[in-house]
Amino acid sequence: MTENRHAVSGLSDEDVLNMYRTMLLARRIDERMWLLNRAGKIPFVISCQGQEATQVGAAFALDQKKDYIAPYYRDLAVVLHFGMTTKELMLSAFAKAEDPNSGGKQMPGHFGQKKNRIITGSSPVTTQVPHAVGVALAGKMQKKDFVTFVTLGEGSSNQGDFHEGANFAGVHKLPVIIMIENNRYAISVPLKKQFACEKLSDRAAGYGMPGVTVNGDDPIEVYKAVKEAADRAREGKGPSLIETVCYRLTAHSSDDDQRQYRSEEDLAEGRAHDPVKSFANYLKELNILTPEIEEKFQNDIMAEIDEATEYAEQAPYAAPEHALKYVYAEQEEL
Amino acid sequence: MAIQNIVMPQLGESVTEGTIEKWLIKPGDQVKKYDALAEVQTDKVTAELPSSFTGTIGEIIAQEGDTIAVGEIVCTIQIEEAVVSEKTDTNVPKTIEHVTAISSEKSMKTRYSPAVGRLATEYQIDLSQVEGSGASGRITRKDIQKIIDMGAIPRSALQTTEQSTRVASQQAIDEVNLKADSLVQSFSTGDVEIPVSGVRRSIAKNMVTSTQEIPHAWMMMEVDVTDLVSYRDSIKEDFKKKEGYNLTYFAFFVKAVSQALKEFPMMNSQWHGDKIIQKKDINLSIAVATEDALFVPVIHHADDKSIKGIAKEIHELAQKVRNGKLKPEDMQGGTFTVNNTGSFGSVQSMGIINYPQAAILQIESIVKRPVIMNGGMFAARDMVNICLSIDHRILDGLISGKFLARIKEILENTSKESTSIY
Amino acid sequence: MTVLSYMDAITLAMKEEMERDERVFILGEDVGVKGGVFKATQGLYEQFGEERVIDTPLAESAIVGVGVGAAMYGLRPIAEMQFADFIMPAVNQIISEASKIRYRSDNDWSCPMVIRAPFGGGVHGALYHSQSVEAVFANQPGLKIVIPSTPYDAKGLLKAAIRDDDPVLFFEHKRAYRLIKDDVPDDDYTIEIGKADVKREGEDVTVITYGLCVHFALQAAERLEKDGIDVHILDLRTIYPLDQEAIIKAAKKTGKVLLITEDTKEGSVMSEVAAIIAEYALFDLDAPIKRLAGPDVPAMPYAPTMEKFFMMNPEKVEQAIRELAEF
Repeated sequence: MTENRHAVSGLSDEDVLNMYRTMLLARRIDERMWLLNRAGKIPFVISCQGQEATQVGAAFALDQKKDYIAPYYRDLAVVLHFGMTTKELMLSAFAKAEDPNSGGKQMPGHFGQKKNRIITGSSPVTTQVPHAVGVALAGKMQKKDFVTFVTLGEGSSNQGDFHEGANFAGVHKLPVIIMIENNRYAISVPLKKQFACEKLSDRAAGYGMPGVTVNGDDPIEVYKAVKEAADRAREGKGPSLIETVCYRLTAHSSDDDQRQYRSEEDLAEGRAHDPVKSFANYLKELNILTPEIEEKFQNDIMAEIDEATEYAEQAPYAAPEHALKYVYAEQEEL
Repeated sequence: MAIQNIVMPQLGESVTEGTIEKWLIKPGDQVKKYDALAEVQTDKVTAELPSSFTGTIGEIIAQEGDTIAVGEIVCTIQIEEAVVSEKTDTNVPKTIEHVTAISSEKSMKTRYSPAVGRLATEYQIDLSQVEGSGASGRITRKDIQKIIDMGAIPRSALQTTEQSTRVASQQAIDEVNLKADSLVQSFSTGDVEIPVSGVRRSIAKNMVTSTQEIPHAWMMMEVDVTDLVSYRDSIKEDFKKKEGYNLTYFAFFVKAVSQALKEFPMMNSQWHGDKIIQKKDINLSIAVATEDALFVPVIHHADDKSIKGIAKEIHELAQKVRNGKLKPEDMQGGTFTVNNTGSFGSVQSMGIINYPQAAILQIESIVKRPVIMNGGMFAARDMVNICLSIDHRILDGLISGKFLARIKEILENTSKESTSIY
Repeated sequence: MTVLSYMDAITLAMKEEMERDERVFILGEDVGVKGGVFKATQGLYEQFGEERVIDTPLAESAIVGVGVGAAMYGLRPIAEMQFADFIMPAVNQIISEASKIRYRSDNDWSCPMVIRAPFGGGVHGALYHSQSVEAVFANQPGLKIVIPSTPYDAKGLLKAAIRDDDPVLFFEHKRAYRLIKDDVPDDDYTIEIGKADVKREGEDVTVITYGLCVHFALQAAERLEKDGIDVHILDLRTIYPLDQEAIIKAAKKTGKVLLITEDTKEGSVMSEVAAIIAEYALFDLDAPIKRLAGPDVPAMPYAPTMEKFFMMNPEKVEQAIRELAEF
């Protein structure tokens, strides 16, 4: 008999079903994007596959109506929960004018949507950590009770901006949650070539904040860790560092072939840890995810993705001259 | 039903081609959108190529093992519906303001680039007379280069000494300009400043070129035209009535000159450095003055024309000059110039050769003078001086003297009895 | 009107803006209790408290990056780099982030912040306390770069920078801090960013420059006036984006243009000014465009002989103007 682990964390059955649905939606969108790339319809994909549990667990622990998030490029499931739609993600993939992230200016995976407090991101990694700290500082100065959540890959945790941002947050006891999504590879570089400490959460001590490492394949465990950090932050106790350990199920991006640097055993281990499957199994064993619900999720999601794909593919591109827009603040056009 | 093409996708940012490793379908297979069609390998990745359509596989174009460029067709699919092509957002404003509007549409004719300015100075080119081929009439460096190159064509055979002559003449133009500058400097109250017109500038330039390049020599002869005068005077009235224009003395002189030129072709020639070119046609330039300028229209083939024909042409050309109707072709092709200086009352003058001709003849005023006749008697005769300027490179005193003597002979023998004006 | 030093004008601008708008705050090293190593923030900590005059850890990328975050949230941070020379660790945050935020989000997000940095030489600061680093940033659309020359301009431009809706890099010449004094109005005024200013009208030679060199040019012009050489001086004030119209107008005025920067010559801001003149004012030029700048060596050396050799001064400017006037 499988133990119900979510109830004790304050998650209802409906909550966990919603979490599963978001994970499944993220996975299916991601898969569709790969197909579109392989069909030559979109130039680039960077994937969330294998990190859905981490992302959904964390996002559900936050207040999606209030908190700010500074996601990194794999956080498709995080932005979904924070209000970005499938259609909007497809518009971004096709680089169409209606893409809310950038109007077709940026590659997909460079999230940003002010109305949902998704802070705009770039390609140089880890620059978002000081930004999140700055937003948290502003919130503190303005006496707001929101939390700022920032994510990065484990490779990025070696950047100066990670240390500078974390240290700043620690010194000023700012309401920031820094979550490292450790998917074991910085493109092709394995963990042992990336850092010498045992766990990345060990670094938290250096910044005067608590640090935990959790199983990133389990959304409930991630939920608990992030929830605890968010509560601390809201209580004015300052930042937290969370490392979630997961597996990257795809190549780094559509331009990469991971079979060149990962063994078959390694890849098989990753597939065995597919968090969407394992969480489905957990919910099935508890009879929360019934075959009827599962089929409905599957059908609804595929219909939503088909519609979004169709819409985005047909949607207009920005006019060429739009490339000149919004370098600086512009007077509103009449 | 419609046929759609499946093309090789770009699998990776810098990838240009892919190899079909294995087909996963065959012609006639039903496929759904996103079903895998083939395994494709590129430099960066190995991937399954998904179908972009739902339909029936038509033709397999690329074979297993073939390497296909991105965008090339690998197979075809028969589908049910037509596909709508991509659009561009038309809501986004198309007009974008430019940061600074710099260029103006006004004439660029007098905007000289540093390169043009330098060349103009170096080669003494009067830029006001150059047609610009650039935007808004701007003179380009190439325009100037062309003039420099073309300018060398008529003188392409010039010997070194000639080249230096040419340079000297350019320096002279420069001096003219400099002189003009110094005059402007000495401008004082009450003086009138007259801008130099294009025509005046052209005259100045030609005169300088001629005097600087051609070594001039002069010769004058006295001609007794008493018979010519009485002949002309006797028919003048009738002629005017009949033809509608004046029969001038000048027409007789022009006729005489063209006749003499036929006999002395060297007078009708041009200096070309290593050779002298004798012109076949006798085209006489005649100088026609207006208040502020001098025009030199041409009577073409004067030797073929009668006195009356010449008179008519002089009349017409003069009319054209006065009405400003003279065309460039009216002034081209002159081989020898006859100048009616007598019309100003002059009795002696030294003409400047109309470059590149070999000589110019000035016809002075006809004056009554006492002349000792053959019998030792004095007689009042109609006398005229004819003054010849020659290019001493081509012509010498001997031939010039013979030429003048021949004209004198023709003129002194012009009379009612011997000469027809028709 | 009060006579203020260049530094006092800067302090006053920040004080007035912080009083006017509670979203304005300062962050940087030593800006709080100490009042800044140059004393530019003196008195502000006492007036506004440690929450709005924040002493930060010594980490330039975080100072700018945290400022970027706060600006995106909607505050108006003023980040101080202790010396322009130490801005380099923050270049990624300035170029990749602050400058591109509005563009990359298609106007969804913006980054209204000011980054202040003391720059310039002639203060025995050697290689790493003397540099003019503006050219590193002066080809980044999305960013504005302001360099005032006078206390009046410093106050008006800094206030405008703080109110600007986009990131502004504000370079202050260290030697001007206490050297340059000027009448500064007590009232609240701003000077439009992106507008150059004619600091002296003249007919013979046009000098285009910015920062401390404006004063060198003014001094040289005064001496040359006795010899009948009439110098026109344009102070760029904003060096990115450049005031093209004013540059073209000033160049056309005399047809002889001297461009002065304290920075090393090749690839300097003046190279761009020269390009604008060449592109748009060719037919009004009466002499080749002349650049007067530091030598192309990595930075200003320490020893007084070498520092003097590198540094701009009125004598060098005078000589260069004279040569152009005689051309």
